[in-house]
Amino acid sequence: MIPLSWALILSAVVFVIGVIGVLIRRNAIVIFMSIELMLNAANLVFVAFSQHLRSIDGQVFVFFVMTVAAAEVAVGLAIIVNLFRLRETVMVDEVNLLKG
Amino acid sequence: MNVLPTPVLLAVDWWALGAVLALSAGILLLLLLEFFPAQARSNRSAIVALLTLAAAGWSVFHVRDAKREIFGGMFVHDGFTVFFTLLFCAAGALAVLLSWDYVKRTRINQAEYYALLLSATAGMIIMAASNDLITIFLGLELMSLALYVLVGFQRHHLESNEAALKYFLLGAFASGFLLYGIALLYGATGTTGLGQMAAVMIDSPMLGNPLFLLGGLLLIIGFGFKVSAVPFHMWTPDAYEGAPTSITAFMSVGAKAAGFAALLRVLMRAMGDVQADWIPILSGLAILTMTVGNITALLQNNLKRMLAYSSIAHAGYVLIAVVAGGRDGAASALFYLAIYAVMNLGAFGVLTLLGREREERVLISDLAGLGFRHPALGIALTLFMISLGGIPPTAGFMAKVYVFSAALNAGLVPLVIIGVLNSVVAIFYYLRVTVALYMEEPQGEPVYVSWATPGVIALIASVVLTLWWGIQANGLLAAAQRSVLGLL
Repeated sequence: MIPLSWALILSAVVFVIGVIGVLIRRNAIVIFMSIELMLNAANLVFVAFSQHLRSIDGQVFVFFVMTVAAAEVAVGLAIIVNLFRLRETVMVDEVNLLKG
Repeated sequence: MNVLPTPVLLAVDWWALGAVLALSAGILLLLLLEFFPAQARSNRSAIVALLTLAAAGWSVFHVRDAKREIFGGMFVHDGFTVFFTLLFCAAGALAVLLSWDYVKRTRINQAEYYALLLSATAGMIIMAASNDLITIFLGLELMSLALYVLVGFQRHHLESNEAALKYFLLGAFASGFLLYGIALLYGATGTTGLGQMAAVMIDSPMLGNPLFLLGGLLLIIGFGFKVSAVPFHMWTPDAYEGAPTSITAFMSVGAKAAGFAALLRVLMRAMGDVQADWIPILSGLAILTMTVGNITALLQNNLKRMLAYSSIAHAGYVLIAVVAGGRDGAASALFYLAIYAVMNLGAFGVLTLLGREREERVLISDLAGLGFRHPALGIALTLFMISLGGIPPTAGFMAKVYVFSAALNAGLVPLVIIGVLNSVVAIFYYLRVTVALYMEEPQGEPVYVSWATPGVIALIASVVLTLWWGIQANGLLAAAQRSVLGLL
């Protein structure tokens, strides 16, 4: 039986890696992958607490989150692909028409 | 003998879901109708969207007095839901009217445009009606995903695309925070239902519980992004500037109101006991949001961008109302959001009329002399500007008065002083627009106004409401006060 704290520490580490990835990487695809890491860290918390609290709710929520994440991928990749068609780059710091 | 389980689905009170069902049906109809190709200038999709929004508004108005909880209490139909549903349907209808001609001029007149607008509206309604963190999350994503696409709808347009990318990346980033916050709150309390959460807190106080505190903090960060509170506002000016103007109008009003609706319900239903934890955080956010929004708005030359910063500042005023809390605070937040919706849709609505086919004229200098060439448009824009600035006898003034008086009654004197000072600063940049309208000579080709009946109808409606609520606000205020009773 894995203790709850281990799962929580793992999920916190994954979440922080995701946040740092969003903040320091410049490639839109990599930023997007980091966001997915954050969502999966949240899933891990849900599952861990679901086990710990003996409540099935947390596991059900994970399905909702996975569905939402899949929808987000569809929209996000479409936007990034469209950007690549127009600009031939996916680097966010090269996309800088709007300022002020 | 076996007892059959109660057929839960059949027991659902479908009337309470009426608005969402009507919108879903409208979305499917819009997409199905595309099998019969329409002409480029067809009004079919816009009419279907308008009728759908009317049906949704009617279905919720029809059962406005009933209080119902469905899906095990995850979705509630009470005064609060009714108020916001009507607000979102009205904002959606005004946005459809403003889009009518604008989408033809920018060549994005497609059924998907209206279908996405309706699904964003459905997401907002779900956010306002949710009584569970998971349904709030689902509503938020339904709204956000539709808005990401709408912002980037002019897909051959670099600005629109860039706006969509920035909005999407930061919006998804914020969703990550929000979800992690929900997960931690679930861990701390063992439930995601707002009512159950409040019940749990009676037995085991959560004040100072680190897991709960961190979860609540992440939740506030997530909502802060959605209502564009400083320091989570970076996406707002870019997304508002690059998006099609009709969509900017809609999201500046709808997404913000939906964010505040969900935030209010969470804070008042579930977090009443831990007020001491979140009041300082939200007060700080309110001060930062107002000040940074107003001061940055002073420096803008692009009207869309200026209104984006102004909308950030307005989020700050609503945050004051949220901090004030209680019946008065919540009611004044609803009151402010309804008035803000009308005047901001009007201000962006004037912008949707400017420019020829595929031409965007939204710099403040483009307005030069417009007040004399098109007096009606000039007067309308002036009215929206003084209302946004909070000058009587407009609705914007009444909105600020009620928010500040609710805050004074709650003893928040410093917040009110900072809010009033900010309102004074804000008048400078709103009046700059008026100065351009009446006191400047146009340089180069004067801006062309593309008159269109639906847009004009939307503007007239906004003007009338802005004036009416400026003079006779009691009806709206009473409605707002009735609506928040269910939260307390």
